[in-house]
Amino acid sequence: MVSEPHVESLALREQFNSAEQQKDASSLGMWVFLITEVMFFGGAFAAYTVYRSIYPGVFGAASRTLNTTIGALNTAVLLCSSFTMVLAVRAGQLGRRKQIMAFLVLTLILGMVFLGVKGYEWNEKYVEHHIPGPSFQMEGPGLQDHAQLFFSLYFAMTGLHAMHMLVGAGLLSWLLYQTWRGKFSAAYYTPIDMVGLYWHFVDIIWIFLFPLLYLIDRHGH
Amino acid sequence: MTTETEHVDSVKTYAVVWIALLILTALTTGVAYIDLGPFSVVVALTIAVCKMLLVALFFMHVRHSTKLTKLVVLGGLLWLAILLSLTMADFATRSWIGA
Repeated sequence: MVSEPHVESLALREQFNSAEQQKDASSLGMWVFLITEVMFFGGAFAAYTVYRSIYPGVFGAASRTLNTTIGALNTAVLLCSSFTMVLAVRAGQLGRRKQIMAFLVLTLILGMVFLGVKGYEWNEKYVEHHIPGPSFQMEGPGLQDHAQLFFSLYFAMTGLHAMHMLVGAGLLSWLLYQTWRGKFSAAYYTPIDMVGLYWHFVDIIWIFLFPLLYLIDRHGH
Repeated sequence: MTTETEHVDSVKTYAVVWIALLILTALTTGVAYIDLGPFSVVVALTIAVCKMLLVALFFMHVRHSTKLTKLVVLGGLLWLAILLSLTMADFATRSWIGA
């Protein structure tokens, strides 16, 4: 390979041979971080699987109190936000600043819609006394005690997911500011690419939360 | 200098993936109301894995990634599988010894 004079820029830091190598290193690092997140959420999924296998009837009854229609629509909202996010990354690849801004704003709006709907669902659970604790109420055999397990896991998992969405919204806002300042071009858009990976990862977590929490106990009742 | 390995997918590709994701969401929601017995979990998780693959391969560009990145992704999923399968191997077999 012919080595070009090494002028340091955001797209090519001193320690890398090429811009491509730097980009690959960023992707790899981001994926390693995402794998730690997979293991972090994995523990919660394992806990959910264990308790669901111990109390299948109770988990079914508790799961059926969730609103599937709202859950499905919110899933669609999140998938739309992943679509706009990937278009923002594409606009970054092409160095189209206005398109990057537009798609980032759309992604941010869709993310906020998701969180708003989630807040509405949580409030529904509050009104129905389905929040674990002294005021928890659920009629039925074994429900008063063990349904609290389901809702503890429900709030922990959807809450952690929502926290990740908030972090994502913060990152999107930061990207918007940086794009507005003209930091990104076709030669350097790595932060948009990395935030994209993060955003899609959070989407994937929801792709599993939705069927496991809302769907798998619907039939036959 | 632009690198020759830079892949810019078409908007159409992304749109097709997006539509497929929405259809799979509708499908998994609809099928949840059909009584499939123990297979409802299998169907729901199969659809979820398909959606995950679409998002990872296309939106997260894994299909254009380096071999090292692909290996890391697969390795991560392997560890997740170990976490889930060993945990369940424990809980599923506890009753065998009457504990």
